[in-house]
Amino acid sequence: MSKPKTIIEKIWERHVVHQEQDKPDLLYIDLHLVHEVTSPQAFEGLRMKNRSVRRPELTYATMDHNVPTKHRNIVKDAISKKQMETLKENCSQFGISLADIDHPDQGIVHVIGPELGLTQPGKTIVCGDSHTSTHGAFGALAFGIGTSEVEHVLATQTLWQAPPKSLNVQVNGKLGKGVTSKDLILAIIAKYGVRFGTGYVIEYTGEAIRDLTMEERMTVCNMSIEAGARAGLISPDDITVEYLQGRRHVPQEPEEYEAISREWKALATDPGAVYDATVTIDAEEIEPQVSWGTNPGMCIPVSANVPDPSRAETASKKEEIERALEYMGLQPGQPIDEVPIEHVFIGSCTNSRLSDLRRAAEVVRSKKVHRNVQAIVVPGSFSVKTAAEAEGLDVIFTQAGFEWRDAGCSMCLAMNDDIVPPGERCASTSNRNFEGRQGNGARTHLVSPEMAAAAAIEGHFVDVRKFTEATLQS
Amino acid sequence: MEPIRKHEGLVYPLNRANIDTDQIIPKQFLKRIERQGFGKFLFYNWRFNEDGTEKSDFTLNDKKYNGASILVAGENFGCGSSREHAPWALQDYGFKVIIAPSFADIFYNNCTKNGILPIRLSEQKTEKLIQTAESSKYRISVDLQKQQVTDGQGFLAEFDLPAYQKQMLLNGWDEIAVTLTLEQAIADYEASH
Ligand code: SF4
Repeated sequence: MSKPKTIIEKIWERHVVHQEQDKPDLLYIDLHLVHEVTSPQAFEGLRMKNRSVRRPELTYATMDHNVPTKHRNIVKDAISKKQMETLKENCSQFGISLADIDHPDQGIVHVIGPELGLTQPGKTIVCGDSHTSTHGAFGALAFGIGTSEVEHVLATQTLWQAPPKSLNVQVNGKLGKGVTSKDLILAIIAKYGVRFGTGYVIEYTGEAIRDLTMEERMTVCNMSIEAGARAGLISPDDITVEYLQGRRHVPQEPEEYEAISREWKALATDPGAVYDATVTIDAEEIEPQVSWGTNPGMCIPVSANVPDPSRAETASKKEEIERALEYMGLQPGQPIDEVPIEHVFIGSCTNSRLSDLRRAAEVVRSKKVHRNVQAIVVPGSFSVKTAAEAEGLDVIFTQAGFEWRDAGCSMCLAMNDDIVPPGERCASTSNRNFEGRQGNGARTHLVSPEMAAAAAIEGHFVDVRKFTEATLQS
Repeated sequence: MEPIRKHEGLVYPLNRANIDTDQIIPKQFLKRIERQGFGKFLFYNWRFNEDGTEKSDFTLNDKKYNGASILVAGENFGCGSSREHAPWALQDYGFKVIIAPSFADIFYNNCTKNGILPIRLSEQKTEKLIQTAESSKYRISVDLQKQQVTDGQGFLAEFDLPAYQKQMLLNGWDEIAVTLTLEQAIADYEASH
């Protein structure tokens, strides 16, 4: 019998175009997703050298980072407008499909890829965006690239890549009730830090991972980059196959779909395959998480207190905590659930899919957003928005006092008008709590959609499990 | 891309870990469609007050580091977003070499595609460089061919980097042109898949 392999090895081997000594492998790219912010210089590079796009049909573009989520057709900022127009011109010049601002397929690039069935098991997928790891949920090898690499893929449909090391993140047991896959990935990063994945591709394994729906798996893989890993994936199974069935870009004929599904499932890591490293975590131990600091590793359970720098192990750790506390305006030892918030953002490629919105809506149903809080919901795509409206989620949110917006990245990075003002605090379902991420001086706390929803009602963080219990009794 | 072989320059020490690309170049400057001109926005929120005046407590604003071309920082430099605007901003500001105990993968790659040399040195060695540069005007030399950092006063550190990246930096290759010489291999792959 041949040597057992990981899914990472299997995908890699199938995509090597060329190998030579002292060089990385030349890897073929099956799907290249493009957005307005990291592509203009790449297209310009092509033009300057008189080069063309090798496989426009394997390239797919949308607008998400810059787009307004209110009055979407009025782009006030002239530079943003120019960037969006540039993408449009580039796509038309080079023959690339574009889900433009007024297109029904428009949305956050990592939401629409899976939605349209462009994302499939076994594919190599790249995008000039670090959260491309999201697509790994389907058992694809998907990673973020810089603009020079975007240009390289446009011109050659390949990339020079050294074979990655594999890291098995094994999640044992089951997640508790009210604990989400967002809490899981935050807890993993809190436990192992923001760079334990550097140089690796992660495969998430274990019972708790297998139990997750596709949308929950995307939340986990999405944040692989926050652990330093360019890619994170999950071996495909029946859940994967079921999710993709009938989507626009997968085979529609039942027999053909059946055949390709078998191939997909055969990509799963073989029993006995060896990883370069393994870390484990017990799902049962995980509580709903809240980030307190300025990187995604600075996370604690909602029942815990903000860390005390005087207890730090090293001088540099101490300094790091002090800096973060100062920026965040928090006191050492302060219970995190007493921290008042002014903003709530439900959205981003981490948590803006239909199931995320459903779960958040359940929490706020028939309640009112706290008077000190401004809350917005930004669906991940136009089609998520339409589907949510069809089941009345928009009504639940707006009746509770949330604003219901159009699709885009929005307050995840605050490149458009959706900005958290300096010194104000936001419970956010996004993926980065870096200084200034949601606006200069803004203070971001990363949470799950349920936790964000409960915080919107209470005006401060609260354990959503207790919150729902209390509401059920009242 | 400009080749880089040897470089001698003034060190700017930035003793922080996990400096992410959102800090290196904040998002409000990512709307431009050019590659040039990002230097004035480098570390913008750390460097400038709301009204555009310089913050006196951020050391890059200290005159003594004027003209610095070698940045030495803490571990996991360049984490976060894949934005290549980060190396563009560093380069446009005048940095040619970045030294840290570790780099984020995408950022490391982005540097080498732009002729910036990222050097991994041990925590001990980077700390030594940072301390010296904090207390004096400190110049060091980097030799990519020999993979060495020296200061002419006894400091010597060797560094590792992948052979491919080394060749690319030394020669200032246009990577796409190199790949296009393998056009036949790509076409063969496509034909068989
Ligand atoms: S939602 Fe946020 S993290 Fe995701 S692609 Fe947009 S800006 Fe990046």
